[in-house]
Amino acid sequence: MSAATLPLPRAARRPGVGAVYRWELRKLHAQKRTYIGLAAAVAIPLIFILALAVDNSGGGPEELPFSAFVRETGFAIPLVCLAFGAFWLLPLLTALVAGDIVANEDQNGTLKTILTRSVERWHVFAGKVLAALTYTAVLLAIYVSVGLVVGGLVWGFDPLTTLSGTRIDAGRALFLTALGTLAYLLPLSAIAAIGLLLSTVTCNSAAAVVGTLMVSIFMQIIAAISALDALDPYLLSTQFNAWQGILREPIDWDPIVRSAWVCGGYALPSLAWALTAFLRRDVTGG
Amino acid sequence: MMGTPIEARGLVKRYGEITAVDHVDLTVQAGDVYGYLGPNGAGKTTSLRMLLGLIRPDDGSARLFGRDPLLEGARALDGVAGFVEAPRFYPYLSGRSNLELVADLDGDGARGRIDEALDTVDLADRAKDKVGGYSHGMRQRLGIAGALLRAPRLLLLDEPTTGLDPAGMRDMRLLIRRLADQGMTVLLSSHLMAEVEELCDRVAIVGNGRVLYEGALGELIAGTAGRYELRTTDDAEAAEIAARVVGDVEQTSDGLAFSADESTAAEITLALGAAGIGITALVPRTATLEELFFRMTEPSNGRPQLERAVV
Repeated sequence: MSAATLPLPRAARRPGVGAVYRWELRKLHAQKRTYIGLAAAVAIPLIFILALAVDNSGGGPEELPFSAFVRETGFAIPLVCLAFGAFWLLPLLTALVAGDIVANEDQNGTLKTILTRSVERWHVFAGKVLAALTYTAVLLAIYVSVGLVVGGLVWGFDPLTTLSGTRIDAGRALFLTALGTLAYLLPLSAIAAIGLLLSTVTCNSAAAVVGTLMVSIFMQIIAAISALDALDPYLLSTQFNAWQGILREPIDWDPIVRSAWVCGGYALPSLAWALTAFLRRDVTGG
Repeated sequence: MMGTPIEARGLVKRYGEITAVDHVDLTVQAGDVYGYLGPNGAGKTTSLRMLLGLIRPDDGSARLFGRDPLLEGARALDGVAGFVEAPRFYPYLSGRSNLELVADLDGDGARGRIDEALDTVDLADRAKDKVGGYSHGMRQRLGIAGALLRAPRLLLLDEPTTGLDPAGMRDMRLLIRRLADQGMTVLLSSHLMAEVEELCDRVAIVGNGRVLYEGALGELIAGTAGRYELRTTDDAEAAEIAARVVGDVEQTSDGLAFSADESTAAEITLALGAAGIGITALVPRTATLEELFFRMTEPSNGRPQLERAVV
């Protein structure tokens, strides 16, 4: 037997977050609900584009950023999609996985299966958080890409008029769209963190998905009440508009900076609470 | 140096008013095939969950090879494998994928043991099918395969034959026997006396969360010895002769019965022979585990049930 085939010392081979993360992705890959979310992220921009294409009146969606330019350039399409996706679509699609990723193990009884191996509980939790965030990022990337590519094919990759009224060329528009998408990922990740919390404490997938969506809509209702305007800067729903600062010239970073700490203020305590609950809980199901 | 495979001291678990596990002490030595016997609801599964670190005891401690899962987490399970209640897997993954998943969470070369484990539990030709389509027996076997990937020195099995058909039960018991013969220490929770009698050398009998008996199975059964059944060519005459030797002889529906030690029983046979009475049967009657079990777990008066009914 050659030295290469000799087993390594036990300590060198202990699995951790990486092993859990890889398998969480494989589990997502094998589950139908993952594809329901991703399919919706493909279908909604397509339906929007189709509706615009068959509408001969020349009108577009009202009161949304970039809605006046949807027939001028394909670059406006993903940006309008981002704007209307914030109301419930993207929070729902995010919650579909984040709200399920812990609770489905409870309902399947598989939590005991993975918690009696050689990984620590926090490894399992961290792997699930990373997998839920990965799904969220992929979901958003698909949503924006479909709008951008198909919108561009229909209306061309022409220069885009920014929110400051300046015109930017295709390269700059592409770059700013990518940057804006990253900014959009902040509040969406905070939604995912709330989904993970509800998934962990309710042990019930449906309750966690619906609960996450309710939290998201609840904040929009507060935002709509003018007597409570003082709360607006601290609501997640407001952070879903922060990306618009990037599509200005010069870029307005203030809303992005505020979004980063407000979203962190929702996400980090949610994850800390969820982790504590996950570490201390009695695993009795199955 | 390695520590005792299982050492539980004063384990307590309460759920509201109900004490599911009430100060349970449990010691399983290396090489034991240890039966954890009790009726459903006696707290067997709850005890196993505490041993595996799945739930926190309200009091007491559990150590596996000297390590407390509450303090050391997954490291306390090194060399330990098993499952509580039915083993659960991901229904949308194949049997092999499920084993690959748990093997990757084991590390330590577990992936290299998958083929051997599948062969051991006779699932190699169904390994590519999704677990969602598996029968209960196949899942049970996959659970054992999953445990074997850890190359365990201690195996905890919770009613592994429950829900299996007779052939499945026989195969499962043969498998446990084989693993024990390879030197694995086994803790087998069960409510089936025959299974425990067949497989185990030590037992703890539990009822209502308490350990009612703990010790070698042989000693438990031997302790009830000393009862004989006798049938002869002339039972009436034989009863008188035997009564002269042992005092008290009981007439039963199909013969006589008396209590005596071995030498006294032999004395009676000689006396019967001298009197010209033929012996057709002299059978030492030990209590079965089942009789002992019911004697211990079912209170002779109805009070506990009555109290529960009032609550």
